[in-house]
Amino acid sequence: METIVNSRISQVLKGDQNAYGEIVELYKDKIFQLCYRMLGNRHEAEDIAQEAFIRAYINIHSFNQNKKFSSWIYRIATNLCIDRIRKKKPDYFLDAEVPGTDGLNMYSQIASETSLPEEELESLELQETVQKEIAKLPEKYRTVIVLKYIEELSLNEISEILDLPLGTVKTRMHRGREALRQQLRNV
Amino acid sequence: MSCPDKFVEYMHDFLDEDIAPENERELRAHLQTCQACETHFKELKKAVAFVQSTAHVKAPDHFTAGVMAALPKERKKVEVNRWFKQHPFLAAASLFILLMGASILSTWNQEQQFSFSKQPNLIVEDDTVIVPEGEVVKGDIVVRNGKLKIEGEVQGDVTVINGEQYMASAGKVTGEISEVNEVFEWIWYHIKETAKSTVNLGEGDKQSLEP
Repeated sequence: METIVNSRISQVLKGDQNAYGEIVELYKDKIFQLCYRMLGNRHEAEDIAQEAFIRAYINIHSFNQNKKFSSWIYRIATNLCIDRIRKKKPDYFLDAEVPGTDGLNMYSQIASETSLPEEELESLELQETVQKEIAKLPEKYRTVIVLKYIEELSLNEISEILDLPLGTVKTRMHRGREALRQQLRNV
Repeated sequence: MSCPDKFVEYMHDFLDEDIAPENERELRAHLQTCQACETHFKELKKAVAFVQSTAHVKAPDHFTAGVMAALPKERKKVEVNRWFKQHPFLAAASLFILLMGASILSTWNQEQQFSFSKQPNLIVEDDTVIVPEGEVVKGDIVVRNGKLKIEGEVQGDVTVINGEQYMASAGKVTGEISEVNEVFEWIWYHIKETAKSTVNLGEGDKQSLEP
């Protein structure tokens, strides 16, 4: 996969914008998922994920082709997510929780077209609970937890993406897991 | 919980798949006996399993199209500049070809007049250069924009540019005879001559270097 990506990058460097479309296709789900789990709503996730790909395109000349493109794009996306979390203003999205309710979002205010079967509803509820608990983690723990358990990256890759020593990544993993344990023990 | 902190450390090392075998043995032995630590470990594993169980989300359908539409459009100037930056050799070569072509064409235009190499015993009638019968012309003959009639002997090459050459039955040329008519042939001839003279120069240098 890295060889395909590198040849596409060479084409992009030669000015072939369409070759970049293939790179986006290869990584869009991973990057979107990272953003979604980091930010907690699809709308923002799409925004940030697209922004990450656009930044990568603009700065493609500074990408070192001896390194993994995936780590590079993950790093851009992670930094954008962290920036967004830090200066998060209250926005109104359909995914957002309705104030004063426990776990109800704006979608629940819209009449559902089809009634969900019980089972699916339950699993959806669990999904939402987990997503909410992830979103409660401080961003530095959230980042490592999402990269490790949702993107399934190795600790070494995570340390490369975040530009942090392996020891720091491990410490954050430990603290993040402990925090999640506290939050999810009664689910 | 009164257990030493190291067991929690071991649990995390275990979950990171980075635990020393003797520590793992110690941890397992401890978990057999300590209810609190066992619960703690189970809760950690449960939390991890929950996170891992979240469904994989996919990017929206129009995602790639959205990115592509938002990419900065390259201006022509930028494209050209980048092309030059990325292909310095090609840029230099194309500049060279351009200048070469211009200079060759300008010499071509200059040389539309009738001219010929000056040898004392050549006869000229209008635009025809004649090598007279019985005469021996030494050296190469070049005729531009005119005709050449060879009745005598030429000791050397004959070149006719944009013209014709007639060889009488008694005529004799020791070297090569060539006629150049088209621009491109003429350019080729020009290049060959330049190359030859360069090589000759090189040889001359060599000879002068040798004692």
